[in-house]
Amino acid sequence: MHIPDGYLGPLTFAALYIVMIPIWLYAGHWVQKSLRSRQVPYLALAAAFSFVIMMFNVPVPGGSSGHAVGSALVAIILGPWTAVVTTSVALLIQCILFGDGGVTAFGANCFNMGVVIPFLAYYSYKLISGRSAIASNIRIAAAAIAGYVGLTVAAVVAGFEMGIQPILEHTPAGVPLYMPYGLNVTVPAMLIEHAVFFSWVELIITGLAFAYIARNNPEIIFDYRSRNDKKTNAGQVAVPA
Amino acid sequence: MDRTFKVLLIALVVLVVVVPIGLIATGTAYGEWGPDELQQAIGYVPDGLQHLSDLWTPLLPDYDFPGGHDTLPTQAPGYYTSAIIGGLLCAGVGYLVARAIVRRTD
Repeated sequence: MHIPDGYLGPLTFAALYIVMIPIWLYAGHWVQKSLRSRQVPYLALAAAFSFVIMMFNVPVPGGSSGHAVGSALVAIILGPWTAVVTTSVALLIQCILFGDGGVTAFGANCFNMGVVIPFLAYYSYKLISGRSAIASNIRIAAAAIAGYVGLTVAAVVAGFEMGIQPILEHTPAGVPLYMPYGLNVTVPAMLIEHAVFFSWVELIITGLAFAYIARNNPEIIFDYRSRNDKKTNAGQVAVPA
Repeated sequence: MDRTFKVLLIALVVLVVVVPIGLIATGTAYGEWGPDELQQAIGYVPDGLQHLSDLWTPLLPDYDFPGGHDTLPTQAPGYYTSAIIGGLLCAGVGYLVARAIVRRTD
């Protein structure tokens, strides 16, 4: 999902940079206001985790490949605004050092993987888990499904950004200047690849890691105390699994 | 360092150890083709794409050392190096940014 340089025209990549500026600023503000100093090492770990998990390319029939992103997990544990920061850091290093994701498309990639995934995933998780106990099976399933939903929707958004290029940017004769394939190709391609393959990887890692953290140290989950089950004496492993 | 953090850190180190698994997939991700691949697929390279595609020259393109390695064993050293450097840099930048802005000590 790392859109390279050349696939988005200036209209699209500039617009997405502009969209990202207030989001980055507010994310910094949120982290400053809400995160506790003992969560700082977890934030650092989360950024490194995002980077590494994206290196696990999954082959798909037809010669393509793709990967999970890890942003859903970070959003659920440290908050979606924290995930904006950690995913943007990982994408920045990938772009600058390794040429994965374009410099011009950095805003777009941060939007797709660092905003769409975390917020979609976090609110899906909230919606599905409701008032269930922190380490309950329903909440673990909610986290896993949230990972699947987040990555799949983000893939469709990336497909949409690429697919509108032939409409937005073409020569007077109508020849595409950037991504040559239209929405009718890009959206289904991105949707199917992710829904059938890569989003399952996101589902598994999000579910597994959430289950481990929720069962062993729910205290580090950013909105844990504000939740209903604080009456179970926060932090105790007495929560039924 | 609490126990959960240690376990998660060890899990991350294990991921780095097995990172060459990610090299098994040799295909290009959708929409991330090089100009040469597009040329093959549609018979031309869009003008704007051609201009922008070589805008940036990264240090370790495609998570590999220079030299065009095309087998897993020859790609693995570069891939390992990339995972370690990239992981450490992300953790470092993330840590410094968070350290600089986080105020709450409760």
